[in-house]
Amino acid sequence: MSGEPFVFHGCVDLKELLPFEAHDVRELLDHVGRVPAESLFCHTAAALLHRSAQPTGYPNDFAHWTGHEIRDQRLAERLAAIDPFESGSLEHMRGELAATLSDHLQHFPPAATGPRVEPFRFFQAHLVPVPTGHRARTLREFRDALAEADVSAVFYHLIEARYRLGRGRGDFAEWVAATLELPQVAERLGSIVPYGGSLERIRDRHLTVLTAAVDEQGR
Amino acid sequence: MSSTVSVVRLDDYRQVAPRGAVDLLLRLGERLHGRSLVNISGSRYSGLTNEVLNRLVPILNDLGIDTSWDVTIGTGDFEAVTRTVARALAGTEQVVTDAMLARLREVCAENAQRLRLDADLVVVHDAAPLLVVESRTGSGRWLWGSYQDLSSPQPQLWNMLRPVAQRYDAVVFLDARFAAPLSVPRFVINPSIDPLSERNRDMGRNEQATHLDRLRVPRDKPFLLQIGPFDRSHDPLGVINAYRLVKKHYDVRLVLAGPAPGSGGDVLAEVEEAASQDPDMCVILLPPDPQTELNALERAATIVIYKPLSTGFGINVATAMWKGKPVVGSLAGGILNQILSGVTGYTVETVEGAAFRIRHLLGNPELIGRMGAAGREHIRRNFLITRHLGDYLALLAMLTK
Repeated sequence: MSGEPFVFHGCVDLKELLPFEAHDVRELLDHVGRVPAESLFCHTAAALLHRSAQPTGYPNDFAHWTGHEIRDQRLAERLAAIDPFESGSLEHMRGELAATLSDHLQHFPPAATGPRVEPFRFFQAHLVPVPTGHRARTLREFRDALAEADVSAVFYHLIEARYRLGRGRGDFAEWVAATLELPQVAERLGSIVPYGGSLERIRDRHLTVLTAAVDEQGR
Repeated sequence: MSSTVSVVRLDDYRQVAPRGAVDLLLRLGERLHGRSLVNISGSRYSGLTNEVLNRLVPILNDLGIDTSWDVTIGTGDFEAVTRTVARALAGTEQVVTDAMLARLREVCAENAQRLRLDADLVVVHDAAPLLVVESRTGSGRWLWGSYQDLSSPQPQLWNMLRPVAQRYDAVVFLDARFAAPLSVPRFVINPSIDPLSERNRDMGRNEQATHLDRLRVPRDKPFLLQIGPFDRSHDPLGVINAYRLVKKHYDVRLVLAGPAPGSGGDVLAEVEEAASQDPDMCVILLPPDPQTELNALERAATIVIYKPLSTGFGINVATAMWKGKPVVGSLAGGILNQILSGVTGYTVETVEGAAFRIRHLLGNPELIGRMGAAGREHIRRNFLITRHLGDYLALLAMLTK
């Protein structure tokens, strides 16, 4: 194991408010077609950065808004089913969102919204990556560091790396495969699906896989 | 608040911040070592921003970021003008004359001669020193923190001040709902609470009891608590009506605590009249700087109510949630951002809704504990001053690349 150590990075994010607001489903469709792809990332995959336990558990902001503000459960459910982690690219996800909204509008023209509907406000997240101070050379060190690091490290190495920067299965699985030469462990890490979870839950699932692998090595 | 601020190091927050958060901040600070940051505000002694700056300025300096905090100085008439302007920006119709604006401009220009403005980042807090930017020189970046609701400002005034706001490189709002349209980048940074402040520090039951006895709050029954001014916008009479609906079913007390009212607009007499007929109602006029008393009241309460008809961000909600209390709050201002309805408390629109939710909680005591714990975690992740420090550092990193 003479490869490079894994250097953990977390991130701090700033949310920039964009000049786009939707007051109904039609406006949402219009804006989904024109906002920067970064904004779609902010409202889907990056929603994980600030997600607390929501009562409905909608996994992205579009579904949350249509469910809670527009009170259109049918549309909320369809938007919730769009998985940013499977879409392949942000532009492909934009297409999926637009197609879902457009299809829904064809079959269910929007009713007049109530006076208290909060508009959907589009944001863009700016990430500032920061080393957490943790580094690892062995599987055990890697497991221990992941348990201790700021939870934004899970976002940075898994979500940001894999789905925005296009780094394979995410930094964790790639390092375990390439440096530790443990392809089966990497396979198990790479198959953890972040959809619908919280960062803490995703970390716990990684720790479960890593702990089992560390125990296996000790036998 | 300033009297209770003690020297606190970033390391002290390890006990309360999310796991790993302090290490991340230390590393980010290392990266920004040597940069300079100047804060300018209209006052050093009031307001949430000042509580935050009291803590953050020494911590930023500890991190090696050359940070200072100055205030604009003006005579009494200047302060009266800034108050009028602040009210007008918040949408309350005011008479703002050309002479008042000229005075604002003149005092800001005078202050600019005296203030240090050559930092990598100059952060101007709130409306009073807004026009200092007109004296902007050098290569540093400028940021305006707008901490009131600018969604519907008095149009004529805003037409004059908007070009000034657009001389900044970016503007920060507390909540997206409070943001005005601007041609410069707009960031949203929520306020925060300091878990190590006198208002929020841990407090044992014995100490709580001592303070409750001094405030004459009996400890024999569960109590509902609202903290806020005795004015109509905080709807203490609505809270009393909700309590009366609850009282038919549960033997609880209601504690209403707030500062002694200023001139006009208050409903203290009506509140006291209602309390005089009900021994289970306590009306407390808080002393100046009542941080310890508020801490004790929030910790001892069973459920906290925060039901203003309109408000700013309403960070009182976060202070109660940090103490593990479910909060029943109105849909005003930034309360929606803090209460996850059904998870950490409930948002309500009516007196009846408040009563219904409080009854539901009292009838399900395990829910009180569960929601309280969820609320504390929600605040730990999203509303502690450590998150705010990270936002400041990120701004410094982004704007001064």
